[in-house]
Amino acid sequence: MNQDWLMGLIGGGLIGTAAAIFLLINGKVMGASGLTGGLVDRSGIDTWQERAAWLAGLIIFPAILTVIYGIKPTNITTNIPLIVIAGLLVGVGTRLANGCTSGHGVCGISRLSLRGIAATIFYIGAGGVTMIIFKHVLGII
Amino acid sequence: MRNFAAFIVGSMFGAGLLISGMTDTLKVQGWLDLFGDWDPTLAFVMGGAIIPMAIAWRFTQGRIPALGGQFPAQPDPSIGRKLVVGSVMFGAGWGLVGLCPGPAIASISFGGIGGVIFLVAMLAGMVIAPPIREKLDQI
Repeated sequence: MNQDWLMGLIGGGLIGTAAAIFLLINGKVMGASGLTGGLVDRSGIDTWQERAAWLAGLIIFPAILTVIYGIKPTNITTNIPLIVIAGLLVGVGTRLANGCTSGHGVCGISRLSLRGIAATIFYIGAGGVTMIIFKHVLGII
Repeated sequence: MRNFAAFIVGSMFGAGLLISGMTDTLKVQGWLDLFGDWDPTLAFVMGGAIIPMAIAWRFTQGRIPALGGQFPAQPDPSIGRKLVVGSVMFGAGWGLVGLCPGPAIASISFGGIGGVIFLVAMLAGMVIAPPIREKLDQI
């Protein structure tokens, strides 16, 4: 098997196990946009400690790993206006849809949620169309 | 205890994103780029993540969470315009830069200035989302 695919499977297993622990121990869906969004729009302020602790782990542990094993480049574009537009779209979009790749994708599909499956089809479809237009037609990315 | 569990879960999620290569924007864009040099890695990540989570959902039946409370109820199955419009917007942003919320947060310590700008814009988007949600409800 291709090394990248194997690492994908292992990393994915870790992501799914993390989500499973959060569900079985804390009784919550591990959705990145929901946990974060509930803090920034204050709708989840009642559970801010749990959210903040989750965010702390998500930020600190990768930082430690990169110090030990070296930085994995993110290869993010240097086109700042594009980054700003994309960030806004991701922020607004995930909150309107009530979920992102972790919430709708991992947690939703795994319980055969119709909303999770539909959202995943729409965001992957939109991402694919975006690649066609902005990469192959316009050549911006 | 809840906070400690959340911290461990966040750490595992971050490690999983890093190991799987999902903090690499080119790998994510490679998955979305069906007409380029298509990279199927993301399917393996999704598959690897869905399996333990599917087992966990089965396990919830007739039980309660270890720290008390209730498991999340089955959400309303209706697919409204917010789900469609939001997911399309999210997918477009995801394609443009190759970051979704989890990896954007996980890579903040090593993603450089571009990563910081993306995260700030994403958080700003989350702040302005509630009034847009109300507008969509009124249409």
